[in-house]
Amino acid sequence: MTTVFGVPVPAILGQLMLGLVNGSFYALLSLGLAVIFGLLGVVNFAHGAFYMLGAFAAYIGLQVLGINYWWALLLAPLTVGLLGVLIERLFLRHLYQVEPVYGLLLTFGIALIAEGVMRSLFGASGKSYPVPSLLQGGFNLGFMMLPIYRAWVVLASVTVCGLTWFLIERTRLGARLRAATENARLVQAFGINVPVMVMCTYGAGVALAALAGVLAAPVIQVSPLMGSSLVIVVFAVVVIGGMGSIVGAIVSGLLLGLIEGLTKVVYPEASNIVVFIIMAVVLIWRPAGLFGKEP
Amino acid sequence: MRAEIAVYVVLAVLALIAPFLGLYPVFLMKLLCFAMFACAFNLLLGFTKMLSFGHAAYFGASAYITGWLVTAHGWGTLEGILGGVAVSMLLGGVIGAIAVRRQGIYFAMITLALAQVVYFVCLQAQFTGGENGLQGIPRGSLLGLLSLGNDRTMYYFVLAVFVAVFFFIRRIVHSPFGQVLKAIRANEPRAVSLGYKVDRYKLTAFVLSASLAGLAGSLKALVLGFTTLSDVSQGNSGEVILMTLLGGSGTFLGPVVGANVVVTLQEYLSDLVGSWVSVIIGAIFVVCVLIFRRGVVGEIQRRFGQRPGQG
Repeated sequence: MTTVFGVPVPAILGQLMLGLVNGSFYALLSLGLAVIFGLLGVVNFAHGAFYMLGAFAAYIGLQVLGINYWWALLLAPLTVGLLGVLIERLFLRHLYQVEPVYGLLLTFGIALIAEGVMRSLFGASGKSYPVPSLLQGGFNLGFMMLPIYRAWVVLASVTVCGLTWFLIERTRLGARLRAATENARLVQAFGINVPVMVMCTYGAGVALAALAGVLAAPVIQVSPLMGSSLVIVVFAVVVIGGMGSIVGAIVSGLLLGLIEGLTKVVYPEASNIVVFIIMAVVLIWRPAGLFGKEP
Repeated sequence: MRAEIAVYVVLAVLALIAPFLGLYPVFLMKLLCFAMFACAFNLLLGFTKMLSFGHAAYFGASAYITGWLVTAHGWGTLEGILGGVAVSMLLGGVIGAIAVRRQGIYFAMITLALAQVVYFVCLQAQFTGGENGLQGIPRGSLLGLLSLGNDRTMYYFVLAVFVAVFFFIRRIVHSPFGQVLKAIRANEPRAVSLGYKVDRYKLTAFVLSASLAGLAGSLKALVLGFTTLSDVSQGNSGEVILMTLLGGSGTFLGPVVGANVVVTLQEYLSDLVGSWVSVIIGAIFVVCVLIFRRGVVGEIQRRFGQRPGQG
């Protein structure tokens, strides 16, 4: 059997596939974070909590209401996104005039509340969510088995990322959004309802996180704390890609997932910290991030 | 000024007689350790306006190192504390040097991410005991003269260190160095244009704050006799922010008040409501950020016409 670094090639490919799956989640999460940061100037610490709530929405939907996976893909982001809209209206809106760190602190508090509530209601242990029957099994590629669900996660999230990119960069709505990011007051003066746009943007970013949560539910254990350490990795991804850069968020998300997967093969002890190390190196070399503009 | 001295005298008397008022000494020491931690954090947030989101790294790393030195290597108490503080000073130097290159939320995110590295090292390294943490850390004695095994003796030792740290921070803030920090807080570009090497000042403040946070962590490990992963976790970093914010960042007594409130709440509420305590902490966070940004002491000073940062 062929080996690289003394590890059989199928094992490496397997880890790379896992890394790509993780990278898909990073991409979806950092994309939402970047969009929210671009328009609101808020670093959404609750992003991991919304990801967790998305997964729980799917879990509760299946267990209590009998809603299947495909409906959950639609309904969970919608529900969690509405919750995001509510939070923007009730809390975040009052902080746009003060320094941005307060937005970070507020969403940190919201994350604590969400995680605390879910832990009190469902306990700290992980719950498993079944892979939908349509996506069970795997393709035999000859040199390795490719689980269909994993391939689906990558495909789905790359598609959603691509659509979001298209929406922001190539449509009229996206042009308004980018204009409001540049100068919200001027855009408002042109008769565009910026506060509503801000509210919807926050909701949409949160919905992306929840979608990542639903996609993740069958491959990881659904637990109240599943988002709390993930959100820090995603922060690092966003810093590496360059804050507010849409392409940067998507590309560096996928790339860092792959690098993390590769590290698991070469030097497993470092796999948890490799993203942070890369972040430190990027910051020293290019303080604005790989795709960011100099501030 | 006179009112301020009166407040300090009352607090000093209270602190001196507290163990005789039927309060549990270990709990009082825990309060002092977290108050020290919050004061160290406030040196950054309050007086330089740098929000470090990873201060648990210095607190926890120092706690682990001190615990490891006195347990596995039989070091004395003071040497153990110094060893821990030296490590957190070093960590503060490395992380600070990377983080001060960026400002505001970027600074917060970078300190948070690099603190997570420290967390994973503590989780995976051999000497930290992994998920179990370090247990049975002996308190030892002061230079072989005074045994710290007795809770009251230990309490007065911790109190003495706390008072020293508190006035050390006051001294720093009122020194010419502290004035430059406040100038950076008020208007960083102007401080740069006046010729101050702003990054160097910020890094020095960061290292000082990290070292003092480490001192608090070492003492906490010795007081309780154990160190766990929660000491280095992001939850702990968040709590120290809450303590400072709730009490009033940029005031001297604010972090002390905030630490007392938060630690007391956790101590009593965790028995009553279990995991809902994190919901309550989160709610306090939200309220503080939305309508109570000056904090308790900040509000009091405003009512009495004193500007924050001066008293």
